[in-house]
Amino acid sequence: MEAAAGGGCGSGQPLLLSEGEQQCYSELFARCAGAAGGGPGSGPPEAARAVPGAVSAAAGPVADLFRASQLPAETLHQITELCGAKRVGYFGPTQFYIALKLIAAAQSGLPVRIESIKCELPLPRFMMSKTDAEIRFGNPAELHGTKVQIPYLITEKNTFKRMDDEDKQETQSPTMSPLASPPSSPPHYQRVPLSHGYSKLRSSTEQMHPAPYEARQPLVQPEGPSSGAPGAKPPRHQASLIRSFSVEREPHDNNSNYPDEPWRITEEQREYYVNQFRSLQPDPSSFISGSVAKNFFTKSKLSIPELSYIWELSDADCDGALTLPEFCAAFHLIVARKNGYPLPEGLPPTLQPEYLQAAFPKPKRECSLFDSYSESMPANQQPRELNRMEKLSIKDMADFPVPAQDVTSDDKQEQNKTRLEQNKTRLALKSTADEALPKDMSEDPATSKDSNSLKARPRSRSYSSTSIEEAMKRGEDPPTPPPRPQKTHSRASSLDLNKVFQPSVPATKSGLLPPPPALPPRPCPSQSEQASEAEIHPQLNRAPSQAADSSPTKKDIPYSQPPSKPIRRKFRPENPATENQEPSSTVGGPASAATGKPHTAVQKQSSKQKKAIQTAIRKNKEANAVLARLNSELQQQLKEVHQERIALENQLEQLRPVTVL
Amino acid sequence: MAVCVAVIAKENYPLYIRSIPTENELKFHYMVHTSLDVVDEKISAMGKALVDQRELYLGLLYPTEDYKVYGYVTNSKVKFVMVVDSSNTALRDNEIRSMFRKLHNSYTDVMCNPFYNPGDRIQSRAFDSMVTSMMVQVC
Repeated sequence: MEAAAGGGCGSGQPLLLSEGEQQCYSELFARCAGAAGGGPGSGPPEAARAVPGAVSAAAGPVADLFRASQLPAETLHQITELCGAKRVGYFGPTQFYIALKLIAAAQSGLPVRIESIKCELPLPRFMMSKTDAEIRFGNPAELHGTKVQIPYLITEKNTFKRMDDEDKQETQSPTMSPLASPPSSPPHYQRVPLSHGYSKLRSSTEQMHPAPYEARQPLVQPEGPSSGAPGAKPPRHQASLIRSFSVEREPHDNNSNYPDEPWRITEEQREYYVNQFRSLQPDPSSFISGSVAKNFFTKSKLSIPELSYIWELSDADCDGALTLPEFCAAFHLIVARKNGYPLPEGLPPTLQPEYLQAAFPKPKRECSLFDSYSESMPANQQPRELNRMEKLSIKDMADFPVPAQDVTSDDKQEQNKTRLEQNKTRLALKSTADEALPKDMSEDPATSKDSNSLKARPRSRSYSSTSIEEAMKRGEDPPTPPPRPQKTHSRASSLDLNKVFQPSVPATKSGLLPPPPALPPRPCPSQSEQASEAEIHPQLNRAPSQAADSSPTKKDIPYSQPPSKPIRRKFRPENPATENQEPSSTVGGPASAATGKPHTAVQKQSSKQKKAIQTAIRKNKEANAVLARLNSELQQQLKEVHQERIALENQLEQLRPVTVL
Repeated sequence: MAVCVAVIAKENYPLYIRSIPTENELKFHYMVHTSLDVVDEKISAMGKALVDQRELYLGLLYPTEDYKVYGYVTNSKVKFVMVVDSSNTALRDNEIRSMFRKLHNSYTDVMCNPFYNPGDRIQSRAFDSMVTSMMVQVC
């Protein structure tokens, strides 16, 4: 609102107009009064001011003007009442000015009250017809009912510098000036674009979320004003206004002929969709299957019925697959829905596959009305569509795996030369936004791919879950290694590896414990050898040094975990070979152990023993649990069978006497 | 023309049922339900040998005083049952067949939607509108 600078009215006089407002209003009044006061672009305040004093505005043009403000009829009624025109019976200057201020207030979203006009307000915006624009500014309003801000209006109100706006206008104005056709356009022509645009806006406003604000968007369209600079101001002003309301909206599209603004796909959107399509299906001329598309669209987090409906709308040939245009349409609908647009009853004409295919090569100049409400991205006040949708969609698609790089590259591919400058500025803005986004998206693709794969996996497994569980259970069995195929080795048998997995561990252990210190005795070198050897190898878990020393820890071997099994195997064949060495090693070992660290060895051995015992205990418990369960199940079955038997016996008894008799 | 249209799944539960005079719906539901027996009978009568040649259109299942009930079975044992007003004598067999054919086409379109899980209720708007077009003009 910084725009309403200038004189800015404070409280006090109800009709304190700022300079700009004065100009504007007076010109409007002049126009409505049919006075020739309003010259193209050069509305000199004096001339304008001179006129109103003596004239009252005609009701017809006034009504038209009010309608051009695109407020609902009810509001307009209120305004006319408030401003006193009804009372007075005509629109005198004061009434007119009050009315204009009220319109401005209403457009700003303030309630229609006299008090509202006491504060600073932006200028009311009117959608001017072509003729008006031409007359006024010598600028052809853009072809399809463009909204032209009353341009000359304010000069000072551009605290908000929107260079791009200005540029845009400037770039546009050259294109538009040629259209400065004679003002004598047929009056009916005036009606058509007005109503058309109005209705279009209305429909779009209704669709839009925060309804009243949206009407403004389009008007930011700094169209018309050929007088570039002054023309730039109002939009800026509006931009500032809009900012002040922290409504980040993008200007409304002005060129579309169709009433279905939100359903137009902009060029960037299209690029985006195409890229997405390619990510799912590399061949753009082929189609995406239903399941793939389903996975993809499910990520948008819309409800399934809605997605189902969107599919219905977009899959025109009902073949269960989406071609590129169908995909674009579906994507567009999803994005629209996410932004709060209600889904249409039927596929809008701009989303028809034929249309999309035909329109594909053309750069879309119309902007879609996709304002990123929910997005807090800095809205470029560009009237053209461009990135609005894209930004919006980008953010939206944060859910989707988004190749962010494509987006930015798309940006640069824009073909609208008239918008180059705007693009640059926009790009600057966008790139900052996009920088943030790519980070998200780079993560997102990863996560989403994961989720993708995750989603894919469960889907494929959904029908075989039970079997997989069973497989898993079965898979768990291996970890409890079955008793090793015991080569009937004397030592092996003595070692009795089977006991490793049995509860007899403690017993053996205890049996083993006493001997440990007595290492050297040859008679039990077998055990010691094995122990030492086995320990050498299984020392995955233990200090290797222990192996040689811990000959006493014979039984640790059995209690070591399955990983040691292969080691034992290795150990086995080695046994004969090692046996020869054993004596030496054991001699050396025990000797050193005896001399060196019999105690530490013992301690370590005991710790190993403990671990082994614990593992054995665990396994036993598991086995117990399984057996217990089995037991209970079998008992139940037994009971049932018993009961059946009893029942059958009863029946038999009942039947028997009959037959007997 | 049709007064009530129902789509019954293979397991004999309704996927979609809609009748025009919205009062007294229960009566139509009941009629459809009883007609299922007749449908089963006809299917089994056609015989296992003739599964391939079995015609999808079953014809008049049974007539009542006010209504006639027609049936149609797809190859996946999804049944379409249609109740028409007996007073509508202009309704010929061909027309009924064509109505069933439309139903079948719409049903396959619904099936093609990947978001539709077979066995769910049919909530497709396109299907609804098609059925509405068939059920028009009951006064």
